[in-house]
Amino acid sequence: MSQKVLLNATEINIALHRLACQLIENHDTFTDTVLIGIQPRGVFLAERLKTVLEEDYKIKNIQLGYLDITFYRDDFRRSGKSLEANKTNIDFVVEDKKVVFIDDVLYTGRSIRSALTAVQSFGRPLEIELLTLIDRRFSRHLPIQPDYRGRQVDAINNEKVKVCWKENEGEDMVYLVSN
Amino acid sequence: MSELSVNHLLGIKYITEDDINLIFETADHFKEVINRPIKKVPSLRDITIANLFFENSTRTRLSFELAEKRLSADVINFSAASSSVKKGETLIDTVNNILSMKVDMVVMRHPNPGAGIFLSKNIKASIVNAGDGAHEHPTQALLDCYSIREKLGDVAGKKVVIVGDILHSRVALSNIFALQKLGATVKVCGPKTLIPKYIEHLGVEVETNLRNALQWCDVANMLRVQNERMDISYFPSTREYTQQFGVNKKLLDSLNKDIVVMHPGPINRGVEITSDVADSKQAIILNQVQNGVAVRMAVLYLLASKIQ
Repeated sequence: MSQKVLLNATEINIALHRLACQLIENHDTFTDTVLIGIQPRGVFLAERLKTVLEEDYKIKNIQLGYLDITFYRDDFRRSGKSLEANKTNIDFVVEDKKVVFIDDVLYTGRSIRSALTAVQSFGRPLEIELLTLIDRRFSRHLPIQPDYRGRQVDAINNEKVKVCWKENEGEDMVYLVSN
Repeated sequence: MSELSVNHLLGIKYITEDDINLIFETADHFKEVINRPIKKVPSLRDITIANLFFENSTRTRLSFELAEKRLSADVINFSAASSSVKKGETLIDTVNNILSMKVDMVVMRHPNPGAGIFLSKNIKASIVNAGDGAHEHPTQALLDCYSIREKLGDVAGKKVVIVGDILHSRVALSNIFALQKLGATVKVCGPKTLIPKYIEHLGVEVETNLRNALQWCDVANMLRVQNERMDISYFPSTREYTQQFGVNKKLLDSLNKDIVVMHPGPINRGVEITSDVADSKQAIILNQVQNGVAVRMAVLYLLASKIQ
């Protein structure tokens, strides 16, 4: 197994600031915008972005929720993957809001498809955008594309993109792992 | 752990502490789901579930049906009263006929103990026991323990007394197994005639004085007097039963602590508990009913994930 560094801590930080600025460009003061981190891994990125927006760009009252998609997956009983759910916590109204989904890696697009269904349980958003740190291009199974991306990556199917966060893995780093 | 150790839920006796905790953790998520504006998830959309009720039920049946529908499963209902069982069809024949219509799971209540176990050995479908005679009622015990966990934070170390008709109660047996697996201490209390003879072998103590039992416990689970299962007279009169084993507000207030009062329903108001107790803050009877849907969703979801 070998791994290659895709983004180091400095590059992640630059990407976070760029993504934050792009969000501000489109959402201004975030009064009608809510951020939703996709469980489990999108939550770290969402938290980071919120911090950057609040501390570096002085945006107040950013609403951030977590959405778990386990019960909406299309591979229930079809893959050996874990069924264990994570916490959903959306304590605000999404009806008529601009929703930004935040996830660390966009790969087949199936998680986002599930998230699009899941969020409907909370109301009808005005629009939904997608922000992702890593966009694995040419590997989509569905017609889903990000509106904001940190870095586009060409990775073949048996390679894996691993996103590490200081608060979880002890370092900010993105690796391309191949077997 | 993300998988149950069993393919059927036949009784609490056959599952592990880890299984129970997995069901509880999953139920936590479903409890959040059923409090959303749209209370439905698509997980079981390709699963068909048959609810076979060979015995009367309101709560359990509605609760299972709601749980199934909130998971998007297709549901068919069957009750013995209006079926060919009356014409003399055997259990296996009835169920096999239903299964040939491509049913994946069976939720069954039956008056005979072991009916679920018998079925699980003879048919290809995941079985959930919704009460088999005086044997077990696993989902009731799970939701009771879940409600205790919710109210008191944990089940381990808690003292629970089960009061009333232990002899005819599947709720009592399942509760004893579940509470003990989760580390609670259990006592039973009731007229000697309604306490099974060798119940001490399950590791529970018998207390015949209700006041002492309530003073000892953190939680009192009041069972219904099951008149329909009593072929002989087990106590002189309902009035005498109420005087000795009925909980009223005065008795609760005379204790030097607040205990939690539970009841699996249906309540005989004025017999095992008075109305003012049933409607008091100490009673979590309606929480039990609400938790029942979330716990049953968890059980069905986890069992469905094991269907090939």
